Amino acid sequence: MELVQMQKSLQDYTKSLFLDGVLDSQFLQLQQLQDESNPDFVSQVVTLFFQDSDRILNDLSLSLDQQVVDFKKVDPHVHQLKGSSSSIGAQRVKNACVVFRSFCEQQNVEGCHRCLQQVKQEYYLVKNRLETLFKLEQQIVASGGMIPAMELGF
Amino acid sequence: MADVMRPEKLDMSNDTSSLGSPELLHVLAVDDSIVDRKFIERLLRVSSCKVTVVDSATRALQYLGLDGNHSSVGFEDLKINLIMTDYSMPGMTGYELMKKIKESSAFREIPVVIMSSENILPRIDRCLEEGAEDFLLKPVKLADVKRLRDSLLKADEMAFKNIMHKRELQANDIYSQLKRAKI
Repeated sequence: MELVQMQKSLQDYTKSLFLDGVLDSQFLQLQQLQDESNPDFVSQVVTLFFQDSDRILNDLSLSLDQQVVDFKKVDPHVHQLKGSSSSIGAQRVKNACVVFRSFCEQQNVEGCHRCLQQVKQEYYLVKNRLETLFKLEQQIVASGGMIPAMELGF
Repeated sequence: MADVMRPEKLDMSNDTSSLGSPELLHVLAVDDSIVDRKFIERLLRVSSCKVTVVDSATRALQYLGLDGNHSSVGFEDLKINLIMTDYSMPGMTGYELMKKIKESSAFREIPVVIMSSENILPRIDRCLEEGAEDFLLKPVKLADVKRLRDSLLKADEMAFKNIMHKRELQANDIYSQLKRAKI
C-alpha cells in the first residue's frame, strides 16, 4: 500500500474511534505530548494502562466472586480503573466504570457483576482498537513515513 | 572618623536561588496510579520542569525528610518549587500529605496543588481552606500545567521585584546615613 494511502487510513481509523466515542479528547492530549524526543510516549502510556487494567480486572473478578462481596475492596479498584481510563481518553471504559461505582454504592452484587462484564467488553474493545492503531503507525514508520498529526476539525 | 558600614551588616545576601536561570521549576509529583505518574511526569517535563515522581504520600514525606526518621540535616538544600499530589491515595491522602507539609517550617511555603478525578465541592473547599495553591480536576491538561507554571513564575517575579525594591531602600538609607556622617 502506498504511504499516502496508509496515512489516510490511519487518520480515518483514528477519526472513527473518536466518532464512536471509544476515545475522547484526552487521547489528543497524549498525542500532543509525543515528539521526536519521545516518539513512543503514547504507546508507552497505553501499554502501562493495559498492564494496570489487566491487573485491576483480575482483582475485580476475584473480589466479586467471593461468598460475601466486600464493596470496600471493589470500589477502590473501579475508581482506579476509572481514573486511568480517563487519563488516556478511553471514554467508554471510563463511563462504564461510573455506572459500576453507582452499583457498588448500592451494594448491588448482581448489578456489579453486569457492570464488570460491561467494563471488560469496553476495555477489550479499546484495547483491540488501539493495538490496531499502533500497528498502522508502525507500518507507516517502517515505510519511512511520518505519522500525520490529528486534525481536530470534525 | 566615620564608622564605615561593613557589607555583612547590610543583609544584602545574594539569595535569589528560588529563581535560578533558566526558570527550571522542580516539581514533586505524588500519585498512586502508574498511568497518571507517567502522564504527569511527561506533562511537567514538556513544560520545562524538573520532575521527581513518587507513588505515595509516605514516599513523598521520606523524600522531604519529614517522615520522622531524619534530622533536618541534608534537606535544607532540597529545592522544591511545587508539590502536585493526587487526592485519593491508599494510606495517606493528598489532603493529609498537604497538612503535614504545611506543618513543617522547612516546606510550608511551597505551593501544594491537589489533583482529583472527583468534582466534589466540599472537598475542593476543604483543600483550598487548608492552603492548597490550586485544585485540578483530572485528567490534568497541558493548559492546566502551563497556567500553574505561569502563575508561580509570576509570583516569583513579584518576590524578586520586592527584594530589589527592598535593596534599593536599604541602599538609599545607607547613603543618607553616610551623608549625615559627612563622609
